[in-house]
Amino acid sequence: MLRRGSVVRRTIATPIILSALILALAIFTVWSGSRPFNQTVIDVLLRVMLVVGLYIFIGNSGVLSFGHIGFTCLGAYAAAWLTMPPMMKGMMLPGLPGWLIATKLPYWVAAPIAATFAAVFAWLFGLVLMRLSGIAASIATFAMLAMINKIYSNWSSVTGATSSVVGIPIVRDLWPYVIAAILCIVIAWAHAISRAGLKLRAARDEPVAAQASGIDIPRERLVAFVVSGWVTGLAGALFAHSLGVVTPDTFYLAMTFMALSMLVVGGMSSLSGAVLGVLVLSLLIQLLRGLERGVDMGGVALKIPNGLQEIALGVIMIAILMFRPSGMMGNRELVWPRARRRRAADAAPRSSTNTQPTGVHR
Amino acid sequence: MPGLLQILLDALSLGSLYALGALGIALIFGVMRLVNFAHGDVIAFCIFALLWPSVDVVPIVFAGQLPWFLLIPFVLAVGAGLSVLAELAVFRRFRHANPATMMIASFALGFVIRYFLLMLFSSRPKSVQILPGLSQPVELLGARIPLLQVVTILVTIAVLLALVAVLRRTRFGLEMRAAAENFTMARMLGVRANRVIMGAFAMSGALAGAIALILGSQTGTADIMMGSSIMLMAFIATVIGGLGSLFGAVLAGFLLGGVSVAMQFALPLEARPFRDAFVYGAVILVLLWRPQGLLSGRAAKERV
Repeated sequence: MLRRGSVVRRTIATPIILSALILALAIFTVWSGSRPFNQTVIDVLLRVMLVVGLYIFIGNSGVLSFGHIGFTCLGAYAAAWLTMPPMMKGMMLPGLPGWLIATKLPYWVAAPIAATFAAVFAWLFGLVLMRLSGIAASIATFAMLAMINKIYSNWSSVTGATSSVVGIPIVRDLWPYVIAAILCIVIAWAHAISRAGLKLRAARDEPVAAQASGIDIPRERLVAFVVSGWVTGLAGALFAHSLGVVTPDTFYLAMTFMALSMLVVGGMSSLSGAVLGVLVLSLLIQLLRGLERGVDMGGVALKIPNGLQEIALGVIMIAILMFRPSGMMGNRELVWPRARRRRAADAAPRSSTNTQPTGVHR
Repeated sequence: MPGLLQILLDALSLGSLYALGALGIALIFGVMRLVNFAHGDVIAFCIFALLWPSVDVVPIVFAGQLPWFLLIPFVLAVGAGLSVLAELAVFRRFRHANPATMMIASFALGFVIRYFLLMLFSSRPKSVQILPGLSQPVELLGARIPLLQVVTILVTIAVLLALVAVLRRTRFGLEMRAAAENFTMARMLGVRANRVIMGAFAMSGALAGAIALILGSQTGTADIMMGSSIMLMAFIATVIGGLGSLFGAVLAGFLLGGVSVAMQFALPLEARPFRDAFVYGAVILVLLWRPQGLLSGRAAKERV
């Protein structure tokens, strides 16, 4: 048995290292002073939040969810409802209740409320969906995503249907996104070492043994589902503020698969993997875009046809998964180099190290 | 009552498409536990194989000019060829990966196919004339029915019968059913794994080609995204039917088509735009009622 304090001490390195990575990226961005780069990094930070949110549920429960982008959609629209100027709301979204039309909150108050709105729906859906497991659960979450999307793209008096909702205050400052991303990482870490998180990981690795030890799997899954719903909802709210425009189809299949790919390429059951997956794939996307432009500028008017960048991205993703089927990080987390060596020495005498339900680390 | 007949035919022809799509996914899932997200893009590829690559508005018809008795085998062969190629180049290396990794790999492959088409053809939908003779209506029991719907349903039934014949009457079918039941055991008893899996991919690809032909002649357009909407429903049908059960996939495909069309008529007017939301809600209910699917294959059960 481990005491709480010792679990914290053993695992605190991971969120610190990841936050330091995020901070370093932010400081570099501010130092470079480039506006387009600033926007790119904001996108990266939003993806970090999304993928970390996905990790909280998928990584800990082992159930693949296609539905979390639905919560992003809920968060984004809730943020839009809370922060748009009342006059524009009255014109574009007349179906909203009067008090909501009159409300206009600053974005940093609205974002947590929007995230909570998403979390409430995660709880409601989760009550039903968490009774399922395996591929049935994945498909059910997918049906949930499609349901949310269909409702938001047709309820024109409340969501503006498929036309874009404009007039959301735009936040171009980098720091709110940095703070939010670090907050999400800390939440994910805190959940993973909490009682609920440890039970859920145990249930993921050894469902039968976990159930026999009295773990209520649907309940622990529900906790993770709500927490991850909150985080992905927060990402949605800030996404709305980063662009100033939302449409339902922004939050549908393309975003779902982008986020899932980053998670799987990074390593599905590792928080470090989630963050690194985003950073590595985002870097790759930027490099490929740069290459496309670079060839275009290099004296010869050679235009790479539209789409080559995506093809290369797909091929590289397949290649990464071929050589590392469990993602870049596999099941491991980033820790201090010294601690890892000591742990390796600890682990060496044991015969099997692949299922250790108690620790975040292998 | 001609209205009722029309509804019935609508339901059956939509259900046929879903059933063919679900079958294409279930065949591959049965032998290698892969949920193939690239299937929709294989469908799109089949239809674009009829055109010569160009980004112009007016498509340059290439293979589309073949007479029908060459056109149909050509499209089916393109689908089968592409699927087998995908198996050889990509999926063969993921035999031992976990299902989530395979799923993402198949998605990435679909992404590659889609952007390959985008690069060659641009994202603009193009008009194609496939088998134009089918778009005329016919008189049936006093109702004017598009011939295409009747043909779609008949073709689906023919494909299903042919598939049943292959699975029940040939040695290959026997091997495939054995592999779907228990892959490891089948291998130990002398079933050649690579051959069976390759066969499953070829059949699944040919089914994608059939869907492409039907969709192409129904809509008269070639669109890069045309496969994906069918695929989502087919994918759901595969799970509702019970993963690994081919008959279940077909049944659930027809069921989904039927429910979609029925809701279109049964829902009150103001709720009609939300039809799909109701269909997805029904899907969740069915899954809660039977998480293992309507007809679950024996292999779907997890042993302890």
